[in-house]
Amino acid sequence: MPAVRKTNPALVVGKYAALAFYLIFALFPLYWLLKIGLTPDALIYSEGTRLFPSEITFSNFTTVIFQTDFVAYFRNSLVVSLGAAFFTTLFAAGAGYAFSRFVFAGKRIIIALMLVTQMFPLLMIIAPIYRIVADLGLLNSLTSLIVVYTAFNIPFATFLMQSFFDGIPKDLEDAAMMDGCSRFQALRKVVFPLTLPGLGATLGFVFTAAWSELLFALMLISKNDAMTFPVGLLTFVSKFSVDWGQMMAAGVLALIPSCLFFIFIQRYLVQGLTSGAVKG
Amino acid sequence: MARIELRDVAKRYGSIEVLRDINLEIQDGEFIVLVGPSGCGKSTLLRMVAGLEPISSGDFLIDGERMNDVRPRDRDIAMVFQSYALYPHMDVARNMGFSMEIRKDPVADRKSKVSQAAETLGLTKLMDRLPKALSGGQRQRVAMGRAIIRDPQAFLFDEPLSNLDAALRVEMRLEIARLHQKLSATMIYVTHDQVEALTLADRIVVLNGGDIQQVGSPLELYERPANKFVAQFIGSPTMNVVPVTGTDAGVTAGNGAEIRLPDQLLTAQAKELGVRPEHIDVVDNGTGDLSAMADVVEHLGSDTNIYVNVEGIGSMMVRKHGNIPVKSGERLGLRIQTENAHLFAEDGTALRRVA
Repeated sequence: MPAVRKTNPALVVGKYAALAFYLIFALFPLYWLLKIGLTPDALIYSEGTRLFPSEITFSNFTTVIFQTDFVAYFRNSLVVSLGAAFFTTLFAAGAGYAFSRFVFAGKRIIIALMLVTQMFPLLMIIAPIYRIVADLGLLNSLTSLIVVYTAFNIPFATFLMQSFFDGIPKDLEDAAMMDGCSRFQALRKVVFPLTLPGLGATLGFVFTAAWSELLFALMLISKNDAMTFPVGLLTFVSKFSVDWGQMMAAGVLALIPSCLFFIFIQRYLVQGLTSGAVKG
Repeated sequence: MARIELRDVAKRYGSIEVLRDINLEIQDGEFIVLVGPSGCGKSTLLRMVAGLEPISSGDFLIDGERMNDVRPRDRDIAMVFQSYALYPHMDVARNMGFSMEIRKDPVADRKSKVSQAAETLGLTKLMDRLPKALSGGQRQRVAMGRAIIRDPQAFLFDEPLSNLDAALRVEMRLEIARLHQKLSATMIYVTHDQVEALTLADRIVVLNGGDIQQVGSPLELYERPANKFVAQFIGSPTMNVVPVTGTDAGVTAGNGAEIRLPDQLLTAQAKELGVRPEHIDVVDNGTGDLSAMADVVEHLGSDTNIYVNVEGIGSMMVRKHGNIPVKSGERLGLRIQTENAHLFAEDGTALRRVA
């Protein structure tokens, strides 16, 4: 038996250096967003590359909140993202459970079709989608965005949910049914609580995808009062100039819901909830 | 408590038949063990009794009532799973009382029943732990407690001990035996371990390839196996089976050695002779029915296992009680206790003694 190996201090330093490098690399754009949001308009070009402005101001933020339609965009985005996340997760959970637990005719075909839908670039289908939405009279409505986002996210979310259901031992449902549950009760009382991490991950995934989606929002929404945040952000770009400070301030504010959302669901994302269910 | 009957029960997955012609009557309070090699359909049969697996054809009755299409929850049967299947998000108390929670029994009732069962199983101190904080044996106890609380018509056990280490397995085996004495409930127990089967069962059902091979008490199976499969599956170490030719007075083995058998054994159709290792005596070289050379000798203290090589026949095993001073490489004679020998016909069925 070799002696317990001592950790090489150089390796430890190297590990943390690599982590630090990665963190800086990943977070720098966010820092830059915040920095420009805080820089007074007059200094944006003169102090373009300084790491921290010589003077800071919150005027960009107050202007964005009180003098633009930002709050309305923000609210629209929230409605669309939460709606899409909710409906996608609802359908994906149902479909994922069926794929994971039941044997039925056409299962493979349905799975294959869902995979196929993921292979087309969005640009290809944007015109037909526009026609469908227009014919339904849903242009310029948040409903159209919720429907489209839900439809496009369901396949991936279904596969995600299926893998979470696959991870829950079937014995647990059998045991619950022997204990007197109907299949639905077993689902609600035993499977559902164990699927919370999966539901959290799926909700988070769809929410962020919908929150930052630009293409469909741009095509389907042209009226100011139904604009979502990514489209609204473009209004800071005028014909002759770009309002960098306000745009970045709006960007910083737009990060808040995503951050809150992930802080809220992160405890469900922690793995190991099912440990101890079966042998091991 | 319940009488369980299976009449011509079969199970098919598409065109594959995994169980056929299962006929079995289980008396009230009987401890039945289903035993067989993996893939023989024993767990499937148990799940069909539980209602977790539909029955393809035949009738399944509890106390004379046909239950084929009754949902698991309405069959009033409790099951202990091989994987324990404890609900990981519930503490021990809630795991055990879950069936009463579902039936909306009064909380006070539930509490008293749970604590009573916990006391029986020695779980009182663990009531607010989650399953992940329990050891394998404790999880097994909780799973059993969950079944006891139901006070069901019958208990089903699906290889409940196979995930435990050897010492714990013996302990839990005793506990299950005690539980059966105490509750005198009908129990059906699935295992591939013949020791569990022999020690626990009132009657053993030996399954192989989807068919029942034999049903009987442990001793019946040991002393009068119906065929070569049962003969070799039951009993440890495994029975020696030697190809022979039947003669008027006995059988002739492949090396020409003649073994005289008692008159009651039919010998004409005999194709194979079966002798358990404990039914062969070691005698001086040159005497006895067969002459052999000791290959490997295992001294277990209480027993001696001698693996021998018999010229023209191959290897056989002899087990003798106590310590036998035989060395590896030594030549010795073997005498077969013919009153305990078995003969098998070409298709493997055992030839019955006439008297």
